[in-house]
Amino acid sequence: MKNVSDIYNRTSDWMDGSGPMSDIVLSSRIRLARNIAGYLFFSHADQEQQSDLLEYVRRRIMTTELKDELWYLNMAKIRSLERHMLAERHLISRRLAESQGARGVALSHDESLALMVNEEDHLRVQMLASGLQLEETYEHINRIDSLLEEKMEYAFSPKYGYLTACPTNVGTGLRVSVMLHLPALKMTEQMGKVFRAAKEMRLAVRGLYGEGSEPIGDFYQLSNQTTLGKSETDIIEQLISLAVEPIVEYERRARDKLLKDRLTVLDDKIHRALGTLRHARLISSEETAYLLSLVRLGINLERIKGIQLTVVNELFLLTQPAHLQHHYQKKLTADSRDELRAEFIRERFRN
Amino acid sequence: MQCQLCDKHATVHLTEIIDGQKLEKHLCEECALKEGITVKTHMPLNDLLDNLVTAQQETQELQDLSCPQCDISWKEFRKEGLLGCPNDYLAFEEPLSRLIERAQEGANTHIGRVPKQTDGKLDQQLQLLRLRQNLQKALKEEDYETAVRLRDQIKKCEQN
Repeated sequence: MKNVSDIYNRTSDWMDGSGPMSDIVLSSRIRLARNIAGYLFFSHADQEQQSDLLEYVRRRIMTTELKDELWYLNMAKIRSLERHMLAERHLISRRLAESQGARGVALSHDESLALMVNEEDHLRVQMLASGLQLEETYEHINRIDSLLEEKMEYAFSPKYGYLTACPTNVGTGLRVSVMLHLPALKMTEQMGKVFRAAKEMRLAVRGLYGEGSEPIGDFYQLSNQTTLGKSETDIIEQLISLAVEPIVEYERRARDKLLKDRLTVLDDKIHRALGTLRHARLISSEETAYLLSLVRLGINLERIKGIQLTVVNELFLLTQPAHLQHHYQKKLTADSRDELRAEFIRERFRN
Repeated sequence: MQCQLCDKHATVHLTEIIDGQKLEKHLCEECALKEGITVKTHMPLNDLLDNLVTAQQETQELQDLSCPQCDISWKEFRKEGLLGCPNDYLAFEEPLSRLIERAQEGANTHIGRVPKQTDGKLDQQLQLLRLRQNLQKALKEEDYETAVRLRDQIKKCEQN
């Protein structure tokens, strides 16, 4: 029986930076929302129905040919720390980690596939891949959807398509997103353009780190908002050709410009970041995101040699609160976290 | 944390510096919008709901509209942002289709992937939902004769 905490010892395949355009597109994510026919939506089902649903979906998932590559976790039976580690790895949503009620997740061992049961909808299937791989990932998740629908009946109407708890997901139930790293656009003050273009195309742009209004670390998630009236392949094709490809091109040009016109300023920022990571005694998770973002840029632009991108990707994950707490095996206050985070980072960079 | 203007949960936290004085405001999304504060939300649905006619101006009829299967009212749905069951798409058809069009760039019909076994299955699905709800009710009322009958009907329905 696999221990949840064992996931600490590996990093998800999708974080290995091997995908296409992974200097700017960190990852691609496809999510399908499905509900089981003949049941109330999760938030309105009573405890008994919620448990029935959990068992119903779990049993059926584990009788498909996927069963050998999946391990199932009942959220109520694992510790809060473990749930938060899963959320930090983007394997489950924060909502599934923190909500109450019967809920679970089936995960593939390489952490590319997650089937959440009883989140906002009865079933949310998610696949992650490194770099820009939306079309391939969709083909894969589509096959999984077909396998699952042989075992259970989805709530579906010819007019509105797959019926979801929130009307913003109805139709295809498809959420397509990419995680983008846009430090040069930020430094050249062009992020406003990106936000406006996204808004016009009805795409959501969300900063990934940072509690306030300013996203820290220049990481952004770009996703579709429309799920009805378009085919799945159209939604994906539009996101790629109308948004991802142009934005990636703008970021590349902005990076070239920085190299040409502001090399010393750029080098200074990058190397100060490296210096802080190597020597600081206290680092918050927000500052970590800011510093690692600069180091990542430094590696991509070859201003820093001798540090692997995988190390940077790993550090992003392992310095998150739950992962840190798991490593040090004791309850941490915010202050001790910042101290141990700095120690952890210094140690990693020493090797 | 509670909203400073009503008793909902505060999700908008604003720090203003006016004449060197720091002022902190903690508001829920509705009050924030009423105050003229633009809020970036994860839920585009909230933006659209607030752009539509406000709750006070909607007719009482619409407010009381409810779904016989899950007992949710239109008002409750507007507040929570989540529907109660698949039948709501029929029970709330008129106002919901308008809301869906606003949320989905004017679309109101699905043209994407369909499950392999469709052909008019929605009626059967709703029938199944009705039977399950009736079964729950029968069990609560300890009407075991009806419960057994319903359970058999459900089994037959699932087998098709």
